[in-house]
Amino acid sequence: MSKRVIIEPVTRVEGHGRVSLLLDENNKITQARFHVVEFRGFERFIQGRPYWEMPVIVQRLCGICPVSHHLAAAKAMDQIVGVDKLTPTAEKMRRLMHYGQMFQSHALHFFHLCSPDLLFGFDADPKIRNIIGVAAKYPELAVQGVMMRKYGQEIIKATAGKKIHGTGAIPGGINKNLSITERDVFLKDIKQMFDWSRSALNIAKDYTVKNLEKLKPFASFDSNHLSLVRSDGAMDLYHGNLRAITADGKKIFDQVDYTNYLDYISEEVKSWSYMKFPFIKSLGPQNGWYRVGPLARINTCDFIDTPEAEAARKEFMAVTNGKPNNITMAYHWARMIEILHSIEKINELLNDPDLQGTDLVVKGERRNEGVGLLEAPRGTLFHHYKINDNDQIVMANLIVSTTNNNEPFNRAIQKVVADHIDGVPEITEGLLNHIEVAIRAYDPCLSCATHAMGKMPLKVTLFDYQGNEIASKTKE
Amino acid sequence: MSEQITFTIDGVEIKDKAGQTIMQAADEAGIYIPRLCRHPDLPPRGSCRVCTVFVNGKPQAACTQPIAEGMTVENDTPELKESRRNIIDMLFIEGNHFCMFCEKSGNCELQALAYRLGILSPKYPYFFPKKDVDSTHPDIFLDLNRCILCGRCVEASRDVDHKGVFEFVGRGIEKKIAVNAEADLKDTDFAATDKAADVCPVGAINKKRTAFSTPIGKRLYDTKPIGSEIEERKK
Repeated sequence: MSKRVIIEPVTRVEGHGRVSLLLDENNKITQARFHVVEFRGFERFIQGRPYWEMPVIVQRLCGICPVSHHLAAAKAMDQIVGVDKLTPTAEKMRRLMHYGQMFQSHALHFFHLCSPDLLFGFDADPKIRNIIGVAAKYPELAVQGVMMRKYGQEIIKATAGKKIHGTGAIPGGINKNLSITERDVFLKDIKQMFDWSRSALNIAKDYTVKNLEKLKPFASFDSNHLSLVRSDGAMDLYHGNLRAITADGKKIFDQVDYTNYLDYISEEVKSWSYMKFPFIKSLGPQNGWYRVGPLARINTCDFIDTPEAEAARKEFMAVTNGKPNNITMAYHWARMIEILHSIEKINELLNDPDLQGTDLVVKGERRNEGVGLLEAPRGTLFHHYKINDNDQIVMANLIVSTTNNNEPFNRAIQKVVADHIDGVPEITEGLLNHIEVAIRAYDPCLSCATHAMGKMPLKVTLFDYQGNEIASKTKE
Repeated sequence: MSEQITFTIDGVEIKDKAGQTIMQAADEAGIYIPRLCRHPDLPPRGSCRVCTVFVNGKPQAACTQPIAEGMTVENDTPELKESRRNIIDMLFIEGNHFCMFCEKSGNCELQALAYRLGILSPKYPYFFPKKDVDSTHPDIFLDLNRCILCGRCVEASRDVDHKGVFEFVGRGIEKKIAVNAEADLKDTDFAATDKAADVCPVGAINKKRTAFSTPIGKRLYDTKPIGSEIEERKK
């Protein structure tokens, strides 16, 4: 007799997802899948709207990293208005917005969403394994998380006009510069932000190194990795060319102009999820799936162009002897390297007088198609639009960061299930949290990926092979 | 020398010359009477009824009603505030007003009035009507989802631009703005420099390629509520 276990929704991630496990009579797993079952249809309902609305409308996909969508759409709209190079002020203001976004989003994930697992353990009592528990036992960490997020959000407000869903980036440029007064507010607190970023990096590093033998196999598997890199191979979160590598570091493609992404990336649709499955065309859907996000970015880049993050990258790479790191739980460490990189970049930008420039917008000759890519907190984000002669959107294709990690979620779940749940007599809450810990490592944003929104309490139901409910556990 | 008239608004004595409307006299005295269809460069229409005040106890449109000796005008009363809220509420639900991505947001008189009147969300159910957009004109994007039928564009095009590009068609809930052409806006002689392109209180008539160029914080109603420019005239 087979049984089905459903984890719905998955908690402490952004958005709404479900895990289903199919068990036989001995609790042996026969199938493990990550489903995303909501659908919002942005790609369809923006059709007919004028192109200049895109950076403002598509960011409504998400309230966590709307800046990523705002900027990716703006980059695509730059191409539509025929602009291939922005003014220094516009490019740097957008970069500042983006690094502010990266800083706040990574802080939110590390301190609020994943720290309960790292600080208390995967099996800890769920009553304390949450942000309230963290605030009670480690109040200084909870405060740091809040203050770092606030700093990033204030940078977004200063560059986009609002902390959430601003309007800063417009086709061909930006609508404001950064005043000296605004700049000085950020410079006043930057040392504190550096200190807290270093400290967060150390927590993530020490945790990973200390538990390395346990974490190495946890939810881990070999995979390809994909990200944008700068033309000299440096990590660049705002702009670059596509690079994909294999699990052992061989380049699959490199320095690909992202406007040609369709020649390299394709998407597979599966009947059981609204989230598509992207893959590298030359390798096919079976072998061409890949990971994106902090781990992939650290693996694909040749170096980081800020000194402290570069030193941290070298330490990170030393763990795997310079080869790509395929340890799922190393995402947390990689993410904190990026938070340090982001604050280094913010510091660089704040000290750059170009931010006070007044040349904000460039005009060009209008085109009917635009592609915009950037590295969002959760990975490579693709925006692609076509317009008609009346300036209306006729086609939109959005491959969001989390979608790229769809197959890896499934692999991670299958690995956890095989290692920890397969054949156990009773499936406990702690065991189910192992699955969520694996998913959480990727910091998935299912709102974006499926255009869904919602809170994430966890419900697990066991069914027999005829679909009859045997048992149910719920976690709020 | 014109005849001097004395009357009161909410108990405040106002002196102004004969022939002025209640709204003109109130504006000069620094008293804001909420309004929507009224545009200072166009003749008053009295169509939206947002500026309704009680004149000697009877409801009248302040934008069209001339002042008279000894009249008593009530403007800032709970009853009138409620009826103004209702009018704004109904305008919101009759159209498709998505402020979150509308390029007029922050400069929109409908939105600003809603904020001023304390409307946080509409109390009536949305109609979600199907409305047309016309993007055929090289310089103008016409979005009837956001049209509130104030008639400013009709008047401006007819009386100022002398083109008659816009006109009302249909009746009741079917009433809408139509362009004076067999086909689309591109087939008219409408130009982005026309007065009619500048008078829309909402995001229905938009100049292309200008959206979101004013940063949040610098838009018309970002820091001060609508009407405060009138209230600042008060000595």
